[in-house]
Amino acid sequence: MRQGRWKLYSFLGLGLAFLYVPVLLLVVYSFNESRLVTVWSGFSTKWYGELLQNRQLLDAAWLSVRIAATNATFAMVLGTLAANALVRHGHFRGRGTFELLLTAPLVMPEVIIGLSLLLLFVAMDHAVGWPNGRGFTTITIAHITFSMAYVAVVVRSRLSQMDRSLEEAAMDLGARPLKVYLAITLPLIAPALLSGWLLAFTLSLDDLVIASFVSGPGSTTLPMVVYSSVRMGVSPQINALASIIVLIVSAAVLIAGLSMRQRPTTSGN
Amino acid sequence: MAWFSRLSAPSDHQLGRLLNIGTPYLWLGIFFLLPFVIVFQISLAETALAQPPYTRLWEWTEQGVLHIRLNLENFALVFGDELYLAAFLNSLWVALVCSLMCLLIGYPMAYAIATAPERARVPLLMLIILPFWTSFLIRVYAWIGILKPNGLLNNFLISTGLIDSPLTILHTQTAVYIGVVYSYLPFMILPLYANLTRLDMGLLEAAADLGCRPFKAFLKVTLPLSLPGIVAGSMLVFIPVVGEFVIPDLLGGPSSLMVGKMLWTEFFGNKDWPLASAVAISLLALLVVPFVLMQRLQRRMEDAGA
Repeated sequence: MRQGRWKLYSFLGLGLAFLYVPVLLLVVYSFNESRLVTVWSGFSTKWYGELLQNRQLLDAAWLSVRIAATNATFAMVLGTLAANALVRHGHFRGRGTFELLLTAPLVMPEVIIGLSLLLLFVAMDHAVGWPNGRGFTTITIAHITFSMAYVAVVVRSRLSQMDRSLEEAAMDLGARPLKVYLAITLPLIAPALLSGWLLAFTLSLDDLVIASFVSGPGSTTLPMVVYSSVRMGVSPQINALASIIVLIVSAAVLIAGLSMRQRPTTSGN
Repeated sequence: MAWFSRLSAPSDHQLGRLLNIGTPYLWLGIFFLLPFVIVFQISLAETALAQPPYTRLWEWTEQGVLHIRLNLENFALVFGDELYLAAFLNSLWVALVCSLMCLLIGYPMAYAIATAPERARVPLLMLIILPFWTSFLIRVYAWIGILKPNGLLNNFLISTGLIDSPLTILHTQTAVYIGVVYSYLPFMILPLYANLTRLDMGLLEAAADLGCRPFKAFLKVTLPLSLPGIVAGSMLVFIPVVGEFVIPDLLGGPSSLMVGKMLWTEFFGNKDWPLASAVAISLLALLVVPFVLMQRLQRRMEDAGA
């Protein structure tokens, strides 16, 4: 039995190594002086310096961050509403379809989502003259559509584990439903909202395929720049960029993880 | 006074309920459901040198006659062309092989975490989730540097004397397998873990008390009970991988044709929107069965959990 556990943990260790070694190598070689990314020739931070000079890349990064923040905010609201509808409103008409529409974006191949949204935007432009070309708005709408499904998953699990006695007490004391929701429910599920926001933010920052379909001339996002550069081969600048992204994302996950560690039954403060 | 306050605000409550359900429903209806109707419609059109580059399906003539032209040639091409058939079959094959590999690697990992001491579980789980949050594109890119002919793996193997000349791995199907398993492994581990932690360990003890050997108890008790987790994890890997684009594009080569890449090429390369739409509809039709299976299972798990 003991020996069995030891084997199991070694396997877990190997699996984690498989998940982490490629990313660690990427970070290590971002400090490599040589232009040949895979041959070590000495420590240098010059690729980070060059990265900061790359106007095209910085513009794309700024656009991506703006899209990601807008997306995360809308997705958080819509995803929370969706989770609330499923957990709190029981069996409403069309619930089955609603659940289907909310699960499908989680597994739907990105090429299908991208193509179908592009064709929608083109048809809408033709019919009503909106969204009038493609860019920030269309990418953000596309991202909200799949991000809200992820937010809904996170918020839903928190909502369904939540202790409802506080809400009931407030109701009994005569508070109106909306007031109860704002004063009691929201603070209680706030950690899930934060996780959802961060998740939506990183999903948006990461998306290449869908953005490529629904972007227009002059709206190139960061993943699109990375992709066209990667197609040319490995480049030390991309390694440097990757390391920065890994750093930011790890910090975000840590914050989300710590905020979710509160027991679901304890109060928000 | 509780009954009074609840009684006094029925209209408010109804309105809130309508807004709560209606807003996300409407959003998904417009931006997720409606697009598929349009894709289906355009898959029946023809390409045209126009803006947008496809023909209209219907026209009213001056005599008030409605002409509808449906073009089935795109579907005939998708189903009749050998290249497309090969791409569809290969996509299914890659998704199947990778789901199995993720299961073989992910199951022991999920089991180890689920049976670890309680305070170690959350940090271990965080370690599994972290790569899922890190840029997908960058994680795939990391493998280019490792697998290419003068990459880190070959350099390492040559320096240890295991091989004399570099192995060709990048731009082959093998590289696609590695990339997919690497990227999708967390999707397999998470549902398996969720399922395994809910398992009643008393059942295993009972089996052991009755003289069942640990491995046999695993086969007879744990494995059947974790079947929902296995199916959920496999679907979370299988369905998106069938339509995967980034991995076959960056790591694959001419021998590893996949549908997602074909769709991309028809759209961006050949600017054939109707054909790309027909590919999307065919892919969607292919994924309906596994998706419905996943949906059913999820509902059953929720019912069991509630």
